[in-house]
Amino acid sequence: MPTVSMTVNGKPVTAEIAPNTLLVSFLRENLRLTGTHVGCDTSQCGACVIHIDGESAKACTVLALQANGAEITTIEGLAKGNNLHPMQKAFQENHGLQCGFCTTGMIMSAVDLVKKHGKPDDATIRKGLEGNICRCTGYQNIVKSVKAAAQEMEG
Amino acid sequence: MYHFEYQRPATLDEAVALLKEDCKLLAGGQTLLPTMKQRLAQPEMLVDLGAIETLRGVCPDDDKLAIGAMTTHAEVASKADIPALACLAAGIGDPQVRNRGTIGGSVANNDPAADYPAAVLGLNAQITTNKRVIAADDFFVDLFETALEENEIIINVTFPRPQAAAYVKFDNPASRYAIVGVFVAKTGGGVRVAVTGAGPCVFRHKDLETALTSNFSAQSVDTVTVSATGLNNDLHASAEYRANLIKVLTKRAVAQIGG
Repeated sequence: MPTVSMTVNGKPVTAEIAPNTLLVSFLRENLRLTGTHVGCDTSQCGACVIHIDGESAKACTVLALQANGAEITTIEGLAKGNNLHPMQKAFQENHGLQCGFCTTGMIMSAVDLVKKHGKPDDATIRKGLEGNICRCTGYQNIVKSVKAAAQEMEG
Repeated sequence: MYHFEYQRPATLDEAVALLKEDCKLLAGGQTLLPTMKQRLAQPEMLVDLGAIETLRGVCPDDDKLAIGAMTTHAEVASKADIPALACLAAGIGDPQVRNRGTIGGSVANNDPAADYPAAVLGLNAQITTNKRVIAADDFFVDLFETALEENEIIINVTFPRPQAAAYVKFDNPASRYAIVGVFVAKTGGGVRVAVTGAGPCVFRHKDLETALTSNFSAQSVDTVTVSATGLNNDLHASAEYRANLIKVLTKRAVAQIGG
């Protein structure tokens, strides 16, 4: 079996995997990082969003082997020890989630969105989260959370 | 997913040498991988072009813009200095798809509802492969079919700079694919109108081109009859509705350009 090496949340990992292993399966099943969720498995819902070399991507539509040599960040890599990332904190404080299934992908997309747009307005946030589906909240508090986090995040 | 072989060559020559029957090139994978999950495609081997650095990047010139096949939609959206093209790329799928999906992959796949084919045909671009240069007019053959041969790899797509251009699409709100998309370009050789989403394959609307070349205005579009014959008829829109959309979107594109 081919070998894959990547850095996940700052730690180097190497494993032998079958070529048909999706990145999301590798993260969840090999590395036991189950914060990244599988929702639709058809790259529509965004529950599996992670960062590959700093860019948000749907881990259900990337082969683990394609990420060879890449820097991966998952939801588990956002917090610094017990200090939540401003985006995580904002979702908590603004009730940006209900069941929580979409939340990890939503937060990963939102972090990339704020990184690219600075302090986005409501329309930019809604457009930027087009790839993430939430069936609980109606999105109002998600937009509120992202806006609040953008005030706290640098740049 | 089912079992397959995987190769990740570092150079174009290595990639060409690896090609064989029942093998597919993997670009961004945003269409190919979901297609493989559904077994609509079942290649025995994937040749991943992701490690070939020379296939990436946007290279502007005075009169043209060359975009490497493995350049992502997000990179085209932020770096292409033909505004209509950058705007088109910024409207494909969602941000995560744009971070992975590539121009070469989209063009080679020739999905009837994809956005890029409209820009490639509308701007009269050239597709450079490891073997030859193919004009846009000869490239898009039919539904998911292009002029590419089995062992041919797209290196870049080169867009001549238009005098002005605009792309307007009426998109499916879930997928962001074009129910109809119209790319209008004013070029030295006249006006070109490329339509995606409406038929089995992107096409130029010659009557609209003739009318707009002689009089570049929305009124001019009204004088043209757009037939529904041969257009797609599905749960998203009837052929007649699509025919109407072609005119409406052409007018919007003309208005954007200032006609």
